[in-house]
Amino acid sequence: MTMTHLQRLEAEAIHIFREVAATFSKPVMLYSVGKDSSVMLHLAMKAFYPAKPPFPFLHVDSHWKFREMIEFRDQMAEKLGFDLLVHKNQDGVRDGVGPFTHGSSSHTHIMKTMALREALSLHGFDAAFGGARRDEEKSRAKERIFSFRNAQQSWDPKNQRPEMWKIYNTRVGQGESIRVFPISNWTELDVWQYILQEGIPIVPLYFAKKRPVVERDGMLIMKDDDRMELRDGEVLQERLVRFRTLGCYPLTGAVESSADTLEGIVRETLVARTSERQGRAIDHDESGSMEKKKREGYF
Amino acid sequence: MTMTQTPELNAEPSRAEIAAEVHQFLAEQEQKTLLRFLTCGSVDDGKSTLIGRLLYDTKLIFEDQLAALERDSRKHGTVGEDFDLALLVDGLEAEREQGITIDVAYRFFSTSKRKFIVADTPGHEQYTRNMATGASTADLAVVLIDARRGVLQQTRRHSFIASLLGIRNIVVAVNKIDLVDHSQEVFNQITADYAAFSRTLGFTNVQAIPMSARFGDNVTIRSDKMDWYDGPTLLEHLEVVPVDEGLLDKPLRFPVQYVNRPNLDYRGFCGTIASGMVTQGDTVVVAKSGKPSTVARIVTQDGDLQTAAAGQAVTLVLSDEIEVSRGNMLVSPEHRPVIADQFEATVVWFDDKAMIPGRSYLLRTETDQAPASVTALKHRIDVNSFAHEAAKHLDLNEVGVINLSTQAPLAFDTYAANRVTGAFVLIDRITNATVGAGMINHELRRASNVHWQSLDVNKSARADLKLQKPVVLWFTGLSGSGKSTIANLLEKRLFAEGRHTYTLDGDNVRHGLNRDLGFTEDDRVENIRRVGEVSKLMVDAGMIVLVSFISPFISERRMARSLMEDHEFVEVFVDTSFEECARRDPKGLYAKALRGEIKNFTGVDSPYEAPEAAEIHVKTDGRTAEDLADEIEAWLKDRGYF
Repeated sequence: MTMTHLQRLEAEAIHIFREVAATFSKPVMLYSVGKDSSVMLHLAMKAFYPAKPPFPFLHVDSHWKFREMIEFRDQMAEKLGFDLLVHKNQDGVRDGVGPFTHGSSSHTHIMKTMALREALSLHGFDAAFGGARRDEEKSRAKERIFSFRNAQQSWDPKNQRPEMWKIYNTRVGQGESIRVFPISNWTELDVWQYILQEGIPIVPLYFAKKRPVVERDGMLIMKDDDRMELRDGEVLQERLVRFRTLGCYPLTGAVESSADTLEGIVRETLVARTSERQGRAIDHDESGSMEKKKREGYF
Repeated sequence: MTMTQTPELNAEPSRAEIAAEVHQFLAEQEQKTLLRFLTCGSVDDGKSTLIGRLLYDTKLIFEDQLAALERDSRKHGTVGEDFDLALLVDGLEAEREQGITIDVAYRFFSTSKRKFIVADTPGHEQYTRNMATGASTADLAVVLIDARRGVLQQTRRHSFIASLLGIRNIVVAVNKIDLVDHSQEVFNQITADYAAFSRTLGFTNVQAIPMSARFGDNVTIRSDKMDWYDGPTLLEHLEVVPVDEGLLDKPLRFPVQYVNRPNLDYRGFCGTIASGMVTQGDTVVVAKSGKPSTVARIVTQDGDLQTAAAGQAVTLVLSDEIEVSRGNMLVSPEHRPVIADQFEATVVWFDDKAMIPGRSYLLRTETDQAPASVTALKHRIDVNSFAHEAAKHLDLNEVGVINLSTQAPLAFDTYAANRVTGAFVLIDRITNATVGAGMINHELRRASNVHWQSLDVNKSARADLKLQKPVVLWFTGLSGSGKSTIANLLEKRLFAEGRHTYTLDGDNVRHGLNRDLGFTEDDRVENIRRVGEVSKLMVDAGMIVLVSFISPFISERRMARSLMEDHEFVEVFVDTSFEECARRDPKGLYAKALRGEIKNFTGVDSPYEAPEAAEIHVKTDGRTAEDLADEIEAWLKDRGYF
């Protein structure tokens, strides 16, 4: 009865989902529509079967997501019947905040970090699941599975609660909360392998297809709507591309690829020479920038 | 040995070829076993560099990460022109600036034989708790030793903690061997020193390897500079070392984590099997009640299972409606866990605030929790000599053996028998910080042999006879705030009305029952514990008890409260400012304390933690003691105490 690697990872994640449901009064799952969120959603459905997950799913919509992500999100919510909450920073929308006009750093801060903090306080959630993995980035490798946030929702990396065995300290005071990462110990390859094994639906943007892209600052940016204006000398090209991660379309670089099946994606992941977050502009603002964002309340 | 995990690539494979290739690769992945290990040892012994080396050599560093490493090496690096591999794992800004590791980082890599989760843990003594975090889930510890410096205090400390947490496989990595000319003598000396001090630590497999993490010698590639060494490289050893804990052969332990009730006809007990196996139709026993039942179904979304085993997260449905909730366990009828409310444990202390016998904490196991008091600190263990020493408290990073008493019985095994059901953490009841980790050694005989005598004349009978509800009025406040004056007036009134009362006064009790106690924090805690227990007896006797004690710490007042039932404990905060108390100074104590003649005086050099939610809060400024006694009496009458 030896368990396979994926069975062990799945069991660990299910345990964490149940622990939160058993010990917090108002949990929520952050649903960002990407592949990690799809895996999380699948695990949450398993953890509470035959019941539905006993918490809502929150999508923080930065107003600049790929259109296909929004379509996919609404389809999934309808198909699985989970409770979907969508939150946008309305002040940001009103002020026309976006990556083209305000830069990636301000946009991310206002439309993602601030929006997330706003949504969490609005509903008074005391635990929030996120799909972050330790293999993604150096500061994430340091984070606990149950990661404490003070009443200002900030992370103190130098003073984390010891996390012994599988005994999680789930106690929080007024206004404090915990961010919970059930797939902390998964790698990018594990995620794809699990998607393949379980037949988990994912946004079609992950599969290669001819898409209209522009080369900009060393990245291939897809023109997803009319809000993107071409700069002098830029040419819109139809290229066979796909995405390794999904975020705001102006900040997410596509990769040239012909992988249009899950097997093809797994194969590409195996031979990849760059990490998946390379296509994320926000990680490269400055060294240590993920830690800085996390301290401010980013996931 | 092949380090690559990349399948052979054809020029332009078809979809079918890709699918076949990938499925074969994944099938191979599924066969791999997992090893969780940690790297530990003193500061600068090269732990992070070693992990950086393992990741680099197993080709897990991506090009953009290498580019970032090159950038960072120029900014923070400590090895001149080369890449500083440690910067791959030291992920926090503060770590990179200071060139040290503060918190544990988890990294993942795999070879053709195994998958690895490695915890890189800090070497500094102040971050010992983070090392313990990494060790608690590890099967093996790589203890790094700088060849130039040999066995150090941290080498001993980390080996000891690894041993305490149940790690039985050790690699002694004698690192920086290049800096001692690849000397066999140095290696042999360090190996001998390690063997000598670790003899009593219960390790079953110790492998010493001479290496240079920086240059890669004997990490994944055999060194050509040490002909005298014919053992395995680090990676070769990690790939084959057996780590099976034999969990499948142990008795069934199923800690109930969550009860799933989607509708009235379905009640599923969710949890992760801690040890053993369970099969449909098996008889299981509810640990705490001893009631048997039968496993009707083992439910998962992928279909019911016939059998499930240790490590699997499943949902059990029983054949009858018996009482089971989170914190209880379903267990094998033949081999049951211990059910007790008193036990001995070894604890590692994590908090700046010392562990003090008598203090109450929240004890948490994987799924159960209960308030618990430390009833005795039997001894502290010196992490260098492993000697047992007498101690009054445990400070940050210290290890000791304690007796614990929980408010409700727990179901557990000894840690030696089961790492899942024998472990717990202690949580501060006010800050919610995780302040200690414990491993259960054994239950205390008194827990199973001293049973409560059920008496026919009980508390309510005694109280009825006295026409009152028993209660403790706990007066807290600074010295000179007026506690005793108000309590004294109130008792005179109650007595005149025919109530049965008794006053426990701080000063008076210290002349008798507590004459052996001083004014250190440890002794103050014990002082309150005894007074709490005496009050409890008097409440049981049906009395109205007036306790007049400074009782400066929230946690002790909470402990006293936890001894009584609801409504039997009324906290009265006598609120007088420090300035006013010092001005009144009825016993001349403030003057002495302010001159430094009395140590540990509350409000001067020892803190007073004001109550946050006292039932009665009286501000004394501008009011007479009679007035305040009236107010308290009215409060009690309004709530029907007499």
